[in-house]
Amino acid sequence: MTQPRDLTAKQAIERVRAGELSTAEVFDACQAGARDDELNAFTWVAADRPADAPPDAPLAGMPLAVKDLFCTEGIPSQAGSRILEGYRPPYTASAVQRLTEAGASILAKTNQDEFAMGSSNENSAFGPVRNPWDRARVPGGSSGGSAAAVAAGLAPWAIGTDTGGSIRQPAALCGIVGLKPTYGSVSRFGMIAFASSLDQAGPLTRDVTDAALLFSQMVGRDPRDSTSLERPEPVALPHREDLRGVRLGVPEELSAEAEGIEPGVRQAFEATLRLAEELGAHVEPCRLPHAAHGLSAYYLIAPAEASSNLARFDGVRYGLRVDGDAGLREMYGRTRAEGFGPEVKRRIMLGTYALAAGYYDAYYGRAQRVRTKITEDFRAVFEDFDFVVTPTSPTVAFELGSRVDDPLAMYLSDYCTVPMSLAGIPAISIPNGLSQGLPTGLQIAGPAFSENAILDAAHALEAAIGFDGSPARA
Amino acid sequence: MIDRAEVLHVASLARLDLTSDEVERMAKELSAVLDHIEKISELDLEGVAPTSHVVEVASALRADVPAPSLPRERALAAAPDAGDEGFRVPSPGA
Amino acid sequence: MTSAIEYEPVIGLEIHVQLSTATKMFCGCELSFGDPPNTHTCPVCLGLPGTLPVANERAVHFAMMIGLALECELAPRSIFHRKNYFYPDLPKGYQISQYDEPLCRGGRLGDVRVHRVHLEEDAAKLNHVGTSGRIHGADASVVDFNRGGTPLVEIVSEPDLHSPEQAREWLILLRATMRQLGVSDVNMDEGSLRCDANVSLRPAGSHELGTKTELKNMNSFRFVERGLRAEIERQAELLAGGGSVVQETLHFDPATGSLTPLRSKEEAHDYRYFPEPDLVPVAVTPEMVEAARAQLPELPAARAQRYERELGLDRDRARQLAFRDELGDYFERALAADGREVEAPALANWVGGELVARIGEADPAGSKVAPEALAALVDMVGTRAVTTGAAKQVLDRLAAEGGDPAAIVEAEGLGALGAGDELDGLVDAALAANPQAVESLRAGRGKAIGALIGHVMRETRGRADGGEVTRLGREKLGL
Ligand SMILES: [Mg+2]
Ligand SMILES: [Zn+2]
Repeated sequence: MTQPRDLTAKQAIERVRAGELSTAEVFDACQAGARDDELNAFTWVAADRPADAPPDAPLAGMPLAVKDLFCTEGIPSQAGSRILEGYRPPYTASAVQRLTEAGASILAKTNQDEFAMGSSNENSAFGPVRNPWDRARVPGGSSGGSAAAVAAGLAPWAIGTDTGGSIRQPAALCGIVGLKPTYGSVSRFGMIAFASSLDQAGPLTRDVTDAALLFSQMVGRDPRDSTSLERPEPVALPHREDLRGVRLGVPEELSAEAEGIEPGVRQAFEATLRLAEELGAHVEPCRLPHAAHGLSAYYLIAPAEASSNLARFDGVRYGLRVDGDAGLREMYGRTRAEGFGPEVKRRIMLGTYALAAGYYDAYYGRAQRVRTKITEDFRAVFEDFDFVVTPTSPTVAFELGSRVDDPLAMYLSDYCTVPMSLAGIPAISIPNGLSQGLPTGLQIAGPAFSENAILDAAHALEAAIGFDGSPARA
Repeated sequence: MIDRAEVLHVASLARLDLTSDEVERMAKELSAVLDHIEKISELDLEGVAPTSHVVEVASALRADVPAPSLPRERALAAAPDAGDEGFRVPSPGA
Repeated sequence: MTSAIEYEPVIGLEIHVQLSTATKMFCGCELSFGDPPNTHTCPVCLGLPGTLPVANERAVHFAMMIGLALECELAPRSIFHRKNYFYPDLPKGYQISQYDEPLCRGGRLGDVRVHRVHLEEDAAKLNHVGTSGRIHGADASVVDFNRGGTPLVEIVSEPDLHSPEQAREWLILLRATMRQLGVSDVNMDEGSLRCDANVSLRPAGSHELGTKTELKNMNSFRFVERGLRAEIERQAELLAGGGSVVQETLHFDPATGSLTPLRSKEEAHDYRYFPEPDLVPVAVTPEMVEAARAQLPELPAARAQRYERELGLDRDRARQLAFRDELGDYFERALAADGREVEAPALANWVGGELVARIGEADPAGSKVAPEALAALVDMVGTRAVTTGAAKQVLDRLAAEGGDPAAIVEAEGLGALGAGDELDGLVDAALAANPQAVESLRAGRGKAIGALIGHVMRETRGRADGGEVTRLGREKLGL
């Protein structure tokens, strides 16, 4: 019989309910795998199995891998940073709370780029994560640990966060499904903040159905997050098998090789567009005139908010503290200099600069206007199209170390995913076949709160693409 | 283009003690990123309103009802220098 | 040899008012004062990683009441900003405040225009341990987050004040207004009302403003006046000596009354304000405005006007009673006491003068003197049933043990002596006892009657009517 680790979460839940499998078996199998994980996907693994959840609970006790930056009471929550090494919060993030109340059991915390700043997971204070498809390559980031763990079958599913692509890009590079929900769908309370106006939590799963199932238990207005919203309709499991009458827009700006999309990625993308037409979709080019400026706006807005969000790491109430003999000023300077890694420092500097007197209007203020234009671009496109489709990442997984010295090249990994984040709209990445033996991703984005429709379309394409999402396992 | 002096000023605002190598590197890297970002200065954004909140939710206020506070020992549990019933710090003036 | 130029001070006040809500501005921790350190904190007000603020509905409501009371315009949509700077009393590394889109704009109180009113959160308390109480010199400090996150309303006046006295007066009116609104304890010693000031000088008659300095920590009405006076003198000397004023923040030291430049929190003074992404805009609905308006009581300025116009009180007495609402309330209760025809100005003088002289700052409602009793007493004075002197004795007794004035007068035999044998005899005795006075009177020196009156008053412990004594005395001497 198939091993629990070969099953999707939904399949496992069905077997548990049918009495063919126990949650304990699933948990033990995952725990064993997580313990001898060689990908460095985890920063903490549960020592003992939690009490069984009732099988009729929506998530029936399924083990869950949680990105390090979600605060979990009494469990290390370090956001991949040295400044929070060993920090155990006195409370649990709302999203995690909801999932455990729905019957999920916390299996592990996953490695990530420090404070979610990165696209390769090489910015973790706890070492880089390796891609299960090729251990010499990165899993993407910042939710790289979550993506690698799910792709390697070390966890049935995981949650991560996406600020400019941090769920979608690693999902694409690891050959799994990743959903970035509409901004406000999932409470941010308890998520250690990177960029507050962009951060959104979402699922990383083996297939689209699992993504819908996990997502359905995370959503909803949270009185502890002023920016959270009640969804107009509940999340439904996807069933659609065709795309009859669906209008897919292909924005030149985000899909042409001229924009740095690798040929192999572009080919896989085109092949899928043909599949979509066979499924009955109308595929036509569309325009997002300001999308090309998304990256610039993003790399001003996100660092600016981050520079402020990370000011609380000052050595006073928690985390690392490095005293000097020259008083408070030196304590601040040394604590932060030793606690933050190079990329985080770079972004704090960039963000502080963008907000500084005399620069605000030219940088932060301008970026927020560009954000308005990008939102308007999408609004216009969605009058003629149901979805916008693009490659998720311009490239397949790159080699460890190949971009660490070139921030700009690294930033370009988010080229296709950043515009949706700026507009606050939902987007999913699904496996889109291989290029050079490595996974590529297809991104499907829709209007705010169109997750159900996106999941349905993704479900239909997933079946047609027929991707075998299992790298050779160690 | 951002020079050494600007890097040092910004680092001081951000309370980051950078080594002189870091200052050099930061000047180069930030300049490169800013050059790329400069592209947005070409856009005509006359009369375009800035987006500060992508979802417009009305007020979302909290009723003025007390919730339990943390016991002091829990509040201080993670403090690097807890003492005198509080969080000890070097004096700002010192 | 140039004759000294006359300078006119230009003063603007910036007042921080702690709102008396049940909980903090952005979390559910209860407000407290004087509780053990760090016993009113939670992940939100400690700025723990991952926490988010949620604005307090009543704080917004109170701020709207203040805005309406100060005749401001309420913005239909206002937003919070982050004011970024590092300081141990600021757990998040930024203060959530309102910046260029405040809740209230452009109002007035009395004859001073109000520039803006906005909401923000208070900082925590930094207790300096070590060599001195002041920051400088102390080696270590301890942060107490109990106060951190207390809702604050910041009220900024236009620079319409032109003397320390005027500034003090206006501040008293503002405090009375806040107290009447019931939105704050407005206690300056406890810091629930804090006042900073901007001061500059300009040649009398000129209209452009000079360089201003900011004064902090003037935490009593007296200190506000003293601090301003000291700073105005300092600037005047500077200018007179051909020097110029530098823009700086000065710390007022109540002990010495001196002003010392304050070391700035963020020497670069670059707060990098930007819209707070964790909070959504405050959208003021007509319903919210109505709810706030519905709760506005009669405000001190209006009450003082009513006392002047309708009750004929003089300006100072009217303000005294109106600005200390407990005095005003007592006064009005006494006035209404069982339909007696008491003279409002007379009653007001007894409340604001004699009664206050006996009970000081205490709330008269809590004193032994029932408003009805005082009304009755003042009534007896008015109808000459007792003399003013005797009435003061009665009030002493009322203040000490309460009771009914008529009964006290009866028991003590303090009733005024009108014409009649008793007074007749007393006057005869006075004449007999004061031959020189009689001489003088006969010689036409009318003043001498004083001796006779004095004698009778001594004999009657003030119960006699001086006029009646004079009449009788002259009559008996055939004058
Ligand atoms: Mg203020
Ligand atoms: Zn609190």
